[in-house]
Amino acid sequence: MTDTWLVTNLRAIRGRAYPRVIGSKRELSWLFFDITLPLLTVSAYAYIYKYIQAPDEFVGFVILGGAMTAFWLNILWMMASQLYWEKEIGNLQLYLIAPISRMSILAGMAVGGLFMTAIRASATMVIGVLLFGIVLSFAQPVMLILIFVVTMISLYGMGMMFASLYLLLGREAYHLSNLLTEPVYLASGLYFPVKALGFWAAAGASIIPITLGLDALRQLFYPGSGAEYGFLSVNTELAILAVLCVAFLWLSKYSLDYMEKLGKTTGRLTLRWQ
Amino acid sequence: MQSAVEVKGLTRVFEPKKKKEGKSVTALNKVDLRIARGELFGLLGPNGAGKTTLLKILSTLLLPTAGKAFVAGFDVEKDFTEVRKRINMVSGGEISGYGLLTVKENLWMFTQFYGMKSSVAKQRIDEMLAQFGLADKKDEKVRTLSTGQRQKMNVIRGFVTDPEIIFLDEPTLGLDVNASRVIREFIVDWVQAKDNRTVLLTTHYMMEADQLCDRIAIIDDGRILACDTPENLKKLVKMNRTLKLDVTSLKDTSKFGSLTGVEQFTFQDDAEKDQTHLKFILTDDSAVTEIISEVQSKGARILSLQKTEPTLEDVFIKMVGKGFE
Repeated sequence: MTDTWLVTNLRAIRGRAYPRVIGSKRELSWLFFDITLPLLTVSAYAYIYKYIQAPDEFVGFVILGGAMTAFWLNILWMMASQLYWEKEIGNLQLYLIAPISRMSILAGMAVGGLFMTAIRASATMVIGVLLFGIVLSFAQPVMLILIFVVTMISLYGMGMMFASLYLLLGREAYHLSNLLTEPVYLASGLYFPVKALGFWAAAGASIIPITLGLDALRQLFYPGSGAEYGFLSVNTELAILAVLCVAFLWLSKYSLDYMEKLGKTTGRLTLRWQ
Repeated sequence: MQSAVEVKGLTRVFEPKKKKEGKSVTALNKVDLRIARGELFGLLGPNGAGKTTLLKILSTLLLPTAGKAFVAGFDVEKDFTEVRKRINMVSGGEISGYGLLTVKENLWMFTQFYGMKSSVAKQRIDEMLAQFGLADKKDEKVRTLSTGQRQKMNVIRGFVTDPEIIFLDEPTLGLDVNASRVIREFIVDWVQAKDNRTVLLTTHYMMEADQLCDRIAIIDDGRILACDTPENLKKLVKMNRTLKLDVTSLKDTSKFGSLTGVEQFTFQDDAEKDQTHLKFILTDDSAVTEIISEVQSKGARILSLQKTEPTLEDVFIKMVGKGFE
């Protein structure tokens, strides 16, 4: 094989991303469940803010939060548990004997999941904006893209790390997903500015990349809102997200290597029904 | 010539998850094995004999507790990346892939993990689907395939990357006669097509091992009990080989009992049918030619011939002390 290691691994990423990408076209039930249902939640919060005559930004904050919720749910319920399911259906051992970096498999899952979820999140955003007549600012497009990209890399890096941990935890991991769903809605301020939690609570929640990413996006979409509702400055949040990016990618690589070594030693790496 | 697989003192012990959950299990116990390049090698053993454990170690999915294993000259522990470039694996009853993908998409996806160029992969997939009679299923979703079709697809998945060495773990498990036949024929053709291709096959089916394998190792309780060609293994069993002949009426049978390789001879005339039934117990297969010549020299015609000899099952029972469960 004359192709370089990089080309081989890029092909592997494309290969593993493919089922997720094509899945969004083949199973259209998600259109109802993943767009309509989140919109109902977002609408409930939006009407509360409208009813209590909260500042106009709050409805926009909620819609942004609703869109970002899709990514968090994708991380918890698809990305994190995916390796466990791959083991159960017999794919994991085929991935492991392939001459590629295990990170390519996880990266493929992440790229596929990100693509699919980005469509859902965009749909929530567009419908929410049209439904509630929201006006968003695009004054800093480069920064917007940068924050979104860094948030997604760190968030999916976290998902890749969870995937290895969930593989070790087996079926028990579902409890962890349940545990991390609703509390993170609160801790990350998905439906309100995280600053409301107070500095230390918001700082603690910042370990979840969606917290700072969402806060920074809100500040960029609503220029001038940062002073009152923003947790940290956008630049500081970008810097922290960049650190999280590196940290989660490294941790995911470390945990994946550890998981593989442990699995090969104990013999439980490819055993089903664990 | 470098071995395809070389195993020295390979031992694998599985420890219980918690001490109180039970005793440790020795799945492989100081196994020594050498498989030459170009061989179609069979591993025959009952459930729990250690076959799959050996395959998992060789395919870099499991670490040995002790001993060494080399695949294509590379240490499976230290040089696992080099090993992985040269191998693939197919298991019986495999449900790999994704049901929402089509057969062709599914196969394409797995080729990408081996860095195959898309155009090359797609062409090879089309060729192999045609070879396995699945060309008309290429755009069907995987979840719509029957068990046999699915297993054919799995076999294509393993071979499409053109590995040097392929591990087949009971690849025809639970398949009907036709699907099994197609897969067996493909395996034999594949090994013979190029010099350096090697197959390590585990199977429950004695006939499959006998029919396909150049050499067979009988494994039980983590130990290799015997390893040789099917013919030589059968010679290990001291069992009478019999030859039964129905011929047109034969007047003189006096010489048959004294032919070389004939231990015992009996005959029976059937006046009603104008036939003679001859029965020989042989010590040497070469006697068959002499017997036939003698029949023909007496002007008789052979109507039917039946030869029985020890089967691999007899060998297995002798070695293991029991048949397959």
